[in-house]
Order: sequence, then C-alpha cells, then structure tokens
Amino acid sequence: MHGVLAMIAQRIALGVATLFVISMLVFLAVDMLPGDPAEAILGQSATPASLAALRQELGLNKPLVVRYADWTAGLMRGDFGRSLANDRPISELIAPRLGATLSLAALAAAIALPLGVLLGILSTVHRDRALDRVASTASLLAISFPEFFTAYMLVACFSVGLGWLPAISLSSQGGFVETLTMLALPALTLSLAVIGYVLRMTRAAIMGVMASPYVEMARLKGVGPWGVVVRHALPNALSPIINVVIINLAYLVVGVVVIEVVFVYPGLGQLLVDSVAKRDIPVVQACCMLFAGTYIGLNLLADILALLANPRLRRPRQQEARA
Amino acid sequence: MTNHGYPDRRSLLLGAGALGAAQLLPSRAFAQAPKRGGAFRVGISDFATSDSLDPTLVETQFSQHLQWQLRNNLVEAGPGGKLVPELAESWEGSKDAKTWTFKLRKGVTFHDGKSLTPADVVHSFNTHRRDGSKSMTKPILAQIATVKADGPDAIVFELVDGNVGFPALTSSVGLVIIPDGDTDYRRGMGTGGYILEQFEPGVRSRVKRNPNYWKAGRGNFDTVEMICIKDATARANALLTGQIDAYNAVDPRTVALLERNSAVRINRVKSKAHFAFPMMVDQAPFASNDVRLAMKYAIDREEIVKRVLGGFGSPGNDHPLSAAYEFYDGSIPQRAYDPDKAKFHLAKAGEANLRVQLHVSETPFAGATDAAVLFKAHAAKAGITVDVAKEPEDGYWSSVWNKKPLCTSRWSGRINDDVLLTLGYSDTGTKAGWNETRINNPRLNTIVAEARKEFDTGKRRALYSEAQRIIHDEGGSNIFAFADFLDATSRKLAFGELAGDWMLDGCRASERWWFA
Repeated sequence: MHGVLAMIAQRIALGVATLFVISMLVFLAVDMLPGDPAEAILGQSATPASLAALRQELGLNKPLVVRYADWTAGLMRGDFGRSLANDRPISELIAPRLGATLSLAALAAAIALPLGVLLGILSTVHRDRALDRVASTASLLAISFPEFFTAYMLVACFSVGLGWLPAISLSSQGGFVETLTMLALPALTLSLAVIGYVLRMTRAAIMGVMASPYVEMARLKGVGPWGVVVRHALPNALSPIINVVIINLAYLVVGVVVIEVVFVYPGLGQLLVDSVAKRDIPVVQACCMLFAGTYIGLNLLADILALLANPRLRRPRQQEARA
Repeated sequence: MTNHGYPDRRSLLLGAGALGAAQLLPSRAFAQAPKRGGAFRVGISDFATSDSLDPTLVETQFSQHLQWQLRNNLVEAGPGGKLVPELAESWEGSKDAKTWTFKLRKGVTFHDGKSLTPADVVHSFNTHRRDGSKSMTKPILAQIATVKADGPDAIVFELVDGNVGFPALTSSVGLVIIPDGDTDYRRGMGTGGYILEQFEPGVRSRVKRNPNYWKAGRGNFDTVEMICIKDATARANALLTGQIDAYNAVDPRTVALLERNSAVRINRVKSKAHFAFPMMVDQAPFASNDVRLAMKYAIDREEIVKRVLGGFGSPGNDHPLSAAYEFYDGSIPQRAYDPDKAKFHLAKAGEANLRVQLHVSETPFAGATDAAVLFKAHAAKAGITVDVAKEPEDGYWSSVWNKKPLCTSRWSGRINDDVLLTLGYSDTGTKAGWNETRINNPRLNTIVAEARKEFDTGKRRALYSEAQRIIHDEGGSNIFAFADFLDATSRKLAFGELAGDWMLDGCRASERWWFA
C-alpha cells in the first residue's frame, strides 16, 4: 500500500502544478480575446469617457502581470475575488451554480452509471440474442442524437404533450420532490447518452477477456453464462469500465452547457459561457479551476481504483521478483 | 397625432394576411378595471450576468424591467410616447426652453418609508453627471448646467441650451429616482410598485408588491418573477406548459404554431427599432454619395422583411424615423429595389465594378447574417460585389460596429426624434461615439439644434421633415427594415394599449398588466 500512497501524493502535487499552468493559460487566453470587460458591459452604449471611467473602476488599467499576481495572491488566501461584471463576490456567484451542477450530475450519474454497467453485463450474458441487439442499436441511437435534440424530444413528449414534467428546470421553491421533478428531464437527457457509452464500453471490455483461456476453462468446468461473466470475466475487465465511468462522470460535471440552456438550468457551464462573453476573467478563472480540478481529481480517482482493482498493478515488484 | 407604437391601418391589413387570427389589438382588455393579485412570471430573452441595479449601467431589457419594477422616473413615457406625470406632478419650461421646473408629487415614500424630497432627485441626476461617472446616460445629460432643489417640492434644471424635449429625456430608464446619498444600488431602493426580494444576475429576479404604492391601478401582481431564458424554444415551451405567463422576442417562424394554442395570445406591436447596414461617409468608397445611393437602390427591402423578419416588420426608407415617432414624414417616397438606378449611380461615381466588404454577426439582431446574404444576392444584380464577412458575436459592438466602414447595426427606439437624430446623425453624436455613419452635414446639425429649441409643433415638424429628407438622400445609413415587437402571453393576462418603445409594453408589463 505504501507505493499507492506515494503515487497519490505525487499525483496531487502534479495536479496542483497543472492547475497553475491552466490558470495562466486561461488568463492569457481571455486577455487575448478582442475587447475587455468594460467594452463588453457597456456594449453599444460605450463612449470613450464611460469606458475610461469603468476601466478605472474595474482596475483594468493595471498591467496583465499585476492583475494575475493579484488574483493568485487572493486565491492563496482562499479568496476567489469579485466578479468584474457585477461586482459580486465570486464565491457567492459560484456556490449556487456549483450546487446546481453537482446535483444534476449526481442524479444523472445515479440513473445512468448502474444502468449502463448492468445493461452492459446483460448484453454480454445474452450475447447476440435479442436483448443484446436491441441494447446495442438503442445505445448507438442515444449516442448519435445530439443532446439538444434528445432534450427537445423529451420536452415535446413529457412536458408539452403529456404535461407530466416541467419544460424548464428553474424553480424558486426547493422541496425534495419538487427538485426531483425539476431535474427529471435534464437528468434523463444526460442519462440517455451516458448509458449508451457505458453500456457499449462495458460490453466491449468484458468481451475482450471472454476469449481468454481461463474463461474457456471456466466454461469447460461447467460454470453457467451468468457466472462466467460476473465471477470470471468482469473482475479482469474492471479497469477499463472504471475508466469509462469516471470519464462520463467528469463529462456530467463539465460538459452540460447545452442542456443548461435548453432547460434554463442555472449551472456552472452557463456561468462560464456568459463570463467569457463578458470577459469577466476572475469568474472564468474560478470556473476553469473548478472544472480542471474536477478532471484532475476524477482521473486520479480512476487511476487509484484501477490500481486497487488489479493485483498485478497493485504489487508490481513482487510480480517481477517471482518472475 | 400619429399612432405611436400602434399598428397603422396598412400594417393591420398586412398583418391580417400574415397573422391570420392573431390578436393585434387586445381591445377587450380596455374596458376592464385592473385587478390585484396573482404571481406573474415572465421569461426574458435579453439579459447578462453583468446585470446590476446600478442606474448608470442599464444595458439589457432584463435590468430595464427590474429598474421599473423597483423605481420611478420624474416622467413616464406612456404608450404612443405620450408623457405621463410620474414622480413629477407637473413641469414647466421657460420661453427659451432653458429653465425647467418640475413639481414633485406629495406623499410619495421609498420602500423603507423615507419621504421623497427634491434632494433625492438631485442626487439621482448627479449620480450620472459627476466626474468620472461611467454612466451611459451621461452624454445626454451634458446639456444640464445645474440641477437644484427649489423649496420643499420643486426641482429646477438650468440647461446649457434650450430643449423643448427635456421632460421626455427624464423618462430614460437610467434616470430613475433613488434616495439621496444612495450608492448601495444592490438594495434596489426606490419608490416603485414592487419591493426587491431576490436578484441573481443572468438567472432570475423576484419582487413583491409594494403595499404603499402611490399609483392607483398599477403594480397589481402579488409577486413578479423574471426568468432569464436565452433559448427561444425553451421560452415557448415554458409558456405552453404554464411555467411562465409571458415572454418576449417570439421567433417569427413559430408565431403560426403558437397561435394554434387557444391559451396563448401573440402581441404584435409596431416598434421604433430599425435594422441597417450603415456606411461611413468619410471612408472610401462611401465618401461618394453616388456610391451610397447605388447601395441603397441595390437592396430589396420587401424581400428581407418577408424572409428574415417573417413579415413582422415594415421596409425602412433610409432614415431612422418610423411611424412610431411623432415627427415621422410619410410623404417621402419609399425607395424601392432598382438595380438599373444603382448601376446608373455607380457609373456616375466611376465605380462600375464596386466591391465592398459587409461585416455581420447575429449580435445586432437574429437573422442579420441571412439579411446580409440576401443583400449580397440583390446587389449582384446591380453589379456590386458584396463580400459578407462573418464576425464573432461577442465583442461585436466594441470591435466591429462603428469601426468598419460597412457593417450591420440595430437601433432600439429612442425617447423622441431629437435624441435619435442627435445621437445618430449629428456632430454631437460623433463625439459621443454613436454616429455610426459619421455624417457631418452642417444643415442637418443646425436643424437638429434648432428643432430642439422650437416650441411650435408645426415648425418642428417642418424641420424634422427636412432632416429626414437629408438623411434619406445623402445619409450613409442603408435602413432597410423596422421590426415589429412580438411578445407571447397567456390569455389570463389583461392590459390596456401596449407601448412600442420596448418589448412587453415598454418593459413595464409588471407595472401595467394584471390577471383578468
């Protein structure tokens, strides 16, 4: 286990360094876009005098390096700073958005991941039979439809047609049941795509080891198809499955802007897009740090889980010694 | 009187064809007395995460609605541009229109119970006028020399130069009245019909009825919630499923579909908003008026109105005033698509093979790119090559508009003829950064300045008529269309005559409407 801990420590250090590089790149990139926050805020009504006054007020007259240093210093103190666009503390802006994004991602993941893995396993057990064919075609369809299309179809069916679920997911009251109802359609839209991916990857990973001699051996021993897949093939296919599950989890957190727009769901993705449009560097930075942190953290988790799931990776040295 | 913000007979006929059973005039609502109560939920398409309650920065219609829910002006611009006394009970100008005295309404209180005084008005105006102010209203307030309280209930404005339209200016959304000394705009303190409960920029806002509101029959809803919905389909779905009661900016292509639903009403209102391809008259090749005329003859306005606006608009006539403005001159002949005349002017200018670059993005208006591509096809028949250059949507106003010699533009309505012509077509407007065509015609500058001081309506009309002709004949703006406003509401809502200065009854739906 000592090796695992050392690896985790090393990965975390690398992750923090990556975050800093990203923050620099994002800062530079947003600064290189034409226009600045003052011009974006004043829009068509900008006059030279009002621009100058607003730039002064926002501290945009300072050089880029100074502004970046200020931001970094703030971050060290745990202070994300204030939004240039509306002068609110960024933590106050981001907290509800992050909560919204995470609850949607959690619900979609809770539906999609177990279902995807389970259907993947079922597909291999019933390989080349009706269930496998239907699941395979349906998952391909779900992956191929763009999300906004799936979303509009679900809205047309469940909101406008049947009137069961709300068409937009913005609610002022926050009871548990109501929140679930509000989240139902966006979560379902996201789930459809994710189930498709997870199902196909799970099936492919298990099928990969099904041709191995030990699976053949198990079959000859007289183990049934269910037992072969679950007890013998699955443990060896876990690594790739964990990977695809984690990558889809990351996608659910960072990649749902289209869904947020269609369902008017105030998540983090929409905030990032709006903030880029307003050249609101501190908010863009904060969102990017959260997204990048999510990716780095989840990747780390995937590596650790894969390691724990695979004894050969867990104890590389002993393996060599014995060989 | 002209029919401001109201469909004229011609558009009624046109509209009857295009709209079928569309409810053009909600006339049934007129007879009813407003009722109190209900939760009004509105979907708004125009918003930003930079929205705030700072009166010096009111850039989106979302913040405009919110300002007018919470606060009042001295004067309100009613439907048809008619001035309605709001916090000012009455006003009076001196003979030279340089001194204006506003009498303040008595017994008005802010949401926190503080009484309205002239000091509040002075503070509100100085918020924009002070040195270093970032206010977008500052340029039009440059004409104020001093603003002072006169006794307990009067305010006196001394202007640098006479302006008979000054009372109208005080109805601008930025000139809402806030308490003396107030700089914490986030509180949303005002005298308006609603009190702020919640405001998340770019997401939503919620206000509740002000029980002490001084206006009878206004501010009728118990609560008003505004929801930011960028996607036109999501706005329509939200209305169809009853999650909102009204929304603005209906996609013209969906009007016929929405009308099949008997619970939905489409409000079509003639507006002051125009779409244009402005040419800079101080830049080659547009320095030649013949080239400009050729460009104006080389566009098929009717087709753009039909194809891009879905028929919900009317062709422009290369000057910025529509029938919704008081001094619109309808007698100027409509310029029509005429490739031969365009070729004639090109030959005269010695530019037989004119090639121009037209910069466009969807920021000015949805469908701008389509309009530009149609124009390209129209102009080709006149021998003009228009290269359509697609620009990014964000940053369009700062890096393309008013920078490139030929681009795409949209103008929302302005309070009156004077403000529009001063900003858009005079040397003052050039200094303020609004004169997109850089026109600097001495006669036009004089007319704009003189009409501003002229109390005699007949004389003003003659001056503004001349101004429209000058811009029509020599101006750089290829103004091809005036858009109609299309809002969708639930039939449960009732309202009177709708204003055409902004969508949703001049951004005052929450104040004026009620549940029937």
